[in-house]
Amino acid sequence: MTDLLLPPDEASLAEAVREASAARLPLAIEGHGTRRASLRPVQAARTLSTRGLTGITLNKPAELVLSARAGTPMPEIEAALAAQGQMLPAEPPDFSALFGADRPATLGGMVAAHLSGPRRIGPGGALRDQVLGVRAVTGDGEVIRSGGRVHKNVTGLDLCKLLAGSHGTLGVLTEITLKLAPRPEGSLTLAVRVAELAAGVRALSAGLGSPFGVSGAALLPRGAPALGLDGPVALLRLEDFLQFLPHRAGALRGLLDGHGAVSLVEGEDSLALWRAVRDAALLEAAPEQAVWRLSVKPTAAPGVARTLEDSFGARLLLDWGGGLVWVAGPATEAAHRAVMAAAQAARGTFTLFRAPDSLRAAVPVVPDEPAALAAIGARVKAVMDPMGILNPGRLRA
Amino acid sequence: MIELPPPNPAVLARRAEIVAALRALVPDTALGHGVIGDETRLKAYETDGLSAYRQPPLAVVLPTSTAQVAAVLRYCHQNGIRVVPRGAGTSLSGGALPLADAVVIGLMRMNRILEVDYDNRLAVVEAGVTNLGITQAVAAEGFFYAPDPSSQLACMIGGNVMMNSGGAHCLKYGVTANNLLGVTFVTIEGEVIEIGGGHLDAAGYDWLGLITGSEGQLGLVTEVTVRILRAAEGARAMLAAFRSNEVAGQVVDAIIGSGIIPVALEFMDRPAIHACEAFAHAGYPLDAESLLIIEVEGNLEEQDILLGKLKEICGRFDPISLRVAETAEESLAIWKGRKGAFGAVGRISPDYLCMDGTIPTGELPHVLRRIGEMSESYGLQVANIFHAGDGNLHPLIMFDANDPESFRKAEAFGADILKLCVEVGGCLTGEHGVGVEKRDLMGVQFTRAELDRQRAIKSAFDPAWLLNPAKVFPLDGLPAAATTPRAA
Ligand SMILES: Cc1cc2nc3c(=O)[nH]c(=O)nc-3n(C[C@H](O)[C@H](O)[C@H](O)COP(=O)(O)OP(=O)(O)OC[C@H]3O[C@@H](n4cnc5c(N)ncnc54)[C@H](O)[C@@H]3O)c2cc1C
Repeated sequence: MTDLLLPPDEASLAEAVREASAARLPLAIEGHGTRRASLRPVQAARTLSTRGLTGITLNKPAELVLSARAGTPMPEIEAALAAQGQMLPAEPPDFSALFGADRPATLGGMVAAHLSGPRRIGPGGALRDQVLGVRAVTGDGEVIRSGGRVHKNVTGLDLCKLLAGSHGTLGVLTEITLKLAPRPEGSLTLAVRVAELAAGVRALSAGLGSPFGVSGAALLPRGAPALGLDGPVALLRLEDFLQFLPHRAGALRGLLDGHGAVSLVEGEDSLALWRAVRDAALLEAAPEQAVWRLSVKPTAAPGVARTLEDSFGARLLLDWGGGLVWVAGPATEAAHRAVMAAAQAARGTFTLFRAPDSLRAAVPVVPDEPAALAAIGARVKAVMDPMGILNPGRLRA
Repeated sequence: MIELPPPNPAVLARRAEIVAALRALVPDTALGHGVIGDETRLKAYETDGLSAYRQPPLAVVLPTSTAQVAAVLRYCHQNGIRVVPRGAGTSLSGGALPLADAVVIGLMRMNRILEVDYDNRLAVVEAGVTNLGITQAVAAEGFFYAPDPSSQLACMIGGNVMMNSGGAHCLKYGVTANNLLGVTFVTIEGEVIEIGGGHLDAAGYDWLGLITGSEGQLGLVTEVTVRILRAAEGARAMLAAFRSNEVAGQVVDAIIGSGIIPVALEFMDRPAIHACEAFAHAGYPLDAESLLIIEVEGNLEEQDILLGKLKEICGRFDPISLRVAETAEESLAIWKGRKGAFGAVGRISPDYLCMDGTIPTGELPHVLRRIGEMSESYGLQVANIFHAGDGNLHPLIMFDANDPESFRKAEAFGADILKLCVEVGGCLTGEHGVGVEKRDLMGVQFTRAELDRQRAIKSAFDPAWLLNPAKVFPLDGLPAAATTPRAA
């Protein structure tokens, strides 16, 4: 383990970054470090963790707003919200099992990596759209704010969105304000036994194109044996007041007639099923395998899946109507090249989400940007982190 | 009055030559001239929705393709000529206000729907397609484009992207950002970059998120990929009138606390109720201090259940009246007054400023009280319309444009309201943007260092500050590149 800096508050964190900047000493930025095995290995001798910055700082259920310091563990936030009948609409995943981590992810890490769960398929489901405001320390150690604590805010450039998904390379998030939603009273899933993946995506598209409020649309090539679901199976989730669900399910079932035999998964089973989709547990990636996350147009997903199955016997899990393709396969450059090519052919994007250091260091872990955009990106990086000390090499070599 | 920087005399002197060069890049078509250079026709572009400010541009270019936009930008960049992008020109913050030495690039002729893909629930459209035009293109299949600004008949998707516009239904469906998948982005150097597309999320930086709401500061957008959604089975509204703003505020809290997120939750104060009623005869109770319009979606049975619950909640707060629409027509009648609010206020006072701050919803009673006090001390009437679910407040300040003193007061009153919004934990603008209107107030919300960081990001895209200059960022503190006129 490298040297670890554990500032107890924002001011000392900013001070630590300022010193590092003055000395031009790079820092790896992390919360609990649960996803160190994601993206490229960071080139830094010292690690700065936000885990000392914890706690919910504002909680206004009636305004659907909550602020917490970046190092707050996600379960702490989720428990507080559950107690007040609310939730984070982005349904942030818990990847601790996928990464074999013994600690939970922090809020700052979730936002910095911009990780959203199954609800991303709807317009309200992107974590970054629920980030109402941030406080962050730039690479030269200055505390900046963007956004605020209100739901609608277009004042100035939206640095919240720039920082969300920047993987700690543009700033160290110190506090985040999130939009909340009421927790739906009930969850119910229609599981459609489909012949193959393309038929599965068609079933998901039919459901998502219906007026019945489908809030999750996933496709399990091998089913979910624990729930007695044989694969391939398309899952469509309804969430709402309990008394609405039977009628909606009936209507949706009617609409899906002809797509395959439908069974219902209800209550706690439905919740557990979607947690397993959300956390990519149903991918059942073996510990030595690499894991990729591709995002493509839903209708392009079956082609991508077939290519990768043919190429290296990929294991697959599809979410977001089919558009989010989870892939597990051998941690080899050949497999990685196949993933890159498939994402490019589908005009989508990919992330090398989990892999041994050697592979992560050797290949592009996200797609290259067009030259004009890369040039802008380099200038933006220089604005936010003039000395280039924040997470060097994390996203691109 | 908000100051605009002096034009660059070197550019003004070259006007004829510039117009000729632009004509070569954007030739005339059957639709009309590609470039407008004569003074009478330029007047049509001298203002936007903030009509108190007027300034005819150097020239207007009306390209019909991304390639033409790129060529025009490349030319302007090489020649140090400022550019003001323009959609329909409905910006209420003066975002599309021309500058004397700037070329306006109007996107209105790029108005084709390029692709509709129901399986992937997306549409690819050119930047000059109107907001409503998208919904109209997909309505036959039961789909719609969700963000619905009141200006949706006129405003264009490119403008919506640049303002991150909202609408009455964004409580459920989100604003423009929530409904965007990709853009074709043209840099000031004339580079064409595809950002996003049919898939969700970027693997690297979220450029789409940064560009959304950037008010034409970073580049131009020529094509947009949006989500299209299947419309709900039906919707119905109810009207609830209360004795005080405090009570209405408590009702809003109680509704949100109940777990119901209505599709719309609109608030009007007494002056707004009276103005709307006089204009639209929607049957609003004139003895009410405040009124809520609440809309829910779903099938008939679900609507009944939700409206029943909402009625019960409202009933706990001693309402003056409760009216639940039984039919779609009755819903329309309830909305009629609210939808006509701008026209209604326009009848009382031909000139008004539409403000757009956001506040934490719990601060509503306090903020309305303070606005009332300001109204008295400025001697100007104000009507308040509020997207209550998300805290977006629209005070309409009435003034007399023929009286410069009245306009000055109205601007000062508006500025005081926005400062109040920031003071109570809100922001200067919820959906109309900063533009020129709120430019000089940015220091109320941001520190100098924060503004410098934002300005530096603008510089990363537009080093010479040619794109929509003199908007968004206060003039003091601009980087040297933004203020030194470039030799043209
Ligand atoms: C009566 C009325 C009601 C309104 N109601 C609402 C409402 O409910 N909600 C809401 O959010 N807004 C509302 N607005 C404000 C306005 O309609 C929105 O801001 C709208 O998005 C502007 O679109 P536009 O096409 O008119 O853009 P313009 O006004 O032409 O331009 C807006 C800004 O974007 C830039 N721009 C335009 N097109 C491009 C492009 N293709 N590339 C780069 N930059 C570009 C311009 O330079 C300018 O800064 C209302 C306005 C009016 C007049």
